[in-house]
Amino acid sequence: MNAVAQAKVIDLEEPSVAKLEAAAKAIRSIAIAAIYHAGSGHPGGALSAADLLACLYGAEMNVWPDQVGNEARDRFVLSKGHAAPALYAAGAHFRFCSVADALTLRKLGSPFQGHPHVHDLAWVETSTGSLGQGFSVALGMAMGLKLKGNPARVYALLGDGELQEGEVWEAAMCAAHHKLDNLVATVDYNKLQSDDKNANIMGLEPLADKFRAFGWSVFEIDGHAMREILAALELARGVNAKPVVIIAHTIKGKGVPFMENVPHWHGSVKLTRAQAEESLIALKLGKAEIVRLLDGTR
Amino acid sequence: MAHAEAAPQLIGSSGDSLREAFGKALASIAESYPDVVVLDADIAGGTGAHHFRKAYPGRFLQFGIAEQNMMAAAAGLAAVGLVPVVTTFAVFCLRAIEQARLSIAYAKRNVKIVASHPGLDVGPDGGSAQALEDMAAFRAIPGMTVISPADPFEMALATKAILDFDGPVYMRTGRSPAKRVFGNGHRFEIGKGQVLRQGRDVTLVACGVEVVRALEAASMLARESVDARVVNMPTIKPIDTELLKACAEETGAIVTAEDHNIYGGLGGAVAEALARTYPAPIEFVGLNDRFGESGEPEELAEHCGIGTSAIADAARRAIKRKARA
Repeated sequence: MNAVAQAKVIDLEEPSVAKLEAAAKAIRSIAIAAIYHAGSGHPGGALSAADLLACLYGAEMNVWPDQVGNEARDRFVLSKGHAAPALYAAGAHFRFCSVADALTLRKLGSPFQGHPHVHDLAWVETSTGSLGQGFSVALGMAMGLKLKGNPARVYALLGDGELQEGEVWEAAMCAAHHKLDNLVATVDYNKLQSDDKNANIMGLEPLADKFRAFGWSVFEIDGHAMREILAALELARGVNAKPVVIIAHTIKGKGVPFMENVPHWHGSVKLTRAQAEESLIALKLGKAEIVRLLDGTR
Repeated sequence: MAHAEAAPQLIGSSGDSLREAFGKALASIAESYPDVVVLDADIAGGTGAHHFRKAYPGRFLQFGIAEQNMMAAAAGLAAVGLVPVVTTFAVFCLRAIEQARLSIAYAKRNVKIVASHPGLDVGPDGGSAQALEDMAAFRAIPGMTVISPADPFEMALATKAILDFDGPVYMRTGRSPAKRVFGNGHRFEIGKGQVLRQGRDVTLVACGVEVVRALEAASMLARESVDARVVNMPTIKPIDTELLKACAEETGAIVTAEDHNIYGGLGGAVAEALARTYPAPIEFVGLNDRFGESGEPEELAEHCGIGTSAIADAARRAIKRKARA
């Protein structure tokens, strides 16, 4: 984390941080339960993104569950669409949908598709699932909001493997050229992708330098430290005439020790009952809460 | 059956290409469509979008040579209530087709994709630049409307029609100077074709630059006493099944003609529609599963089998098959 952001974090109040940590715990728990019920899903990247989602939905963004169509709302795009369980879990925790609904993930007839789909979920801003596209869609939203004189902001959450898509760098060039300072990209930099470490598949470093060279304002943070996330988001608001990227160093599978930093848990996997229970125990859920999430779904 | 008050003969050359007709039409009506924005990837001079850029610089969005980003960004612009018109060459639409599939069509965004330089009509730039697969590819995307107008006048009508239509559209324009087919009485409606020339022996169904050639082929056939009907089918999807069925019933044989691969475009759409309603012998005029090459459009059309004589030959084959059936 850079020194400027470090200086900012001191002012943040303890209760609000605790509230966000509780939200992140709920997001992780609901995501794990949803993947367990679905019989498939990508847990690793959902867990690594949970703290970022908690801060975006719980503190940063102007979004309202009872006014999902309000033009003044900020827009969130999950460009790493495979982390859909975490998005739905955030939606459930922040009352955009019910927990029971979010647990219908990947089931026939459920609006909670395997990757986010805008059709039947009014609070999901666009359909994603093919890496790179969500970033461009977010860029288009940011450009459109500026054209319309709408001060709302656009937040895109990208994966690190996603950055290997050429479209991401087309969008990066374009956002800087058009000076889209209402666009904030956050990279969930957990260092692992589907098959192996980024470094072994297609190295991304020096990542911050790449974005700087493309004309972006860059903040690097610990993506599991609420104060750092909030500080970076606040600093992003002060940036003029440049898009902002927050490179959030994270741990894939964060919060569930047997998944942490193990590439296997990136993929669409089936969670056994024992694995789901072990995960929720690791997340410090009580027995009653575990039973409610894993048994009392509807 | 819908009968247009169509001019059976050509109305000479307008000197205008379909791309220029599109660009001029768009610029001329844009004041009434304040939410329309035009996206370009460094070829506004080639797509006709330069007319809009000149008239509405603030609504003209430059994306550089990066079509994938442009296509998906259009979905984002639509998501905040604008009506993006994506302009590029047809081949580059193929480059960004997955963005059109997911970010535009799957998300049901009201984006208009207007592709210039389709087919052999591109001419000397050669096979790399001649998109002969675009209508098939875009037609296969759920919810995507596919349009290929025939002349500058119809292009102007279609330009307004796609802006009035709510939903994703892929529309072909054209590079070369286009002949006028329609008089001022012509109407354009998405999903509707028109009989341009009546006939009883065979129906020639064409779109885009092939409409002129189909009319010429009908004149050629008339000299051998073959009475060919000519249908303009500017909407490839949804196809005008009712009109096609009536033509199959009344003429018993069909020829499709398009500046496109014979697979999956107009010919495919017509065959699917008639297989379900009124099967009849069909002959397909198009590129026979091959790429194009350099040359002038008219000589290429003859060389690659989509010229007037190829349509007339196909009509004779179709009529012969009808007799056997």
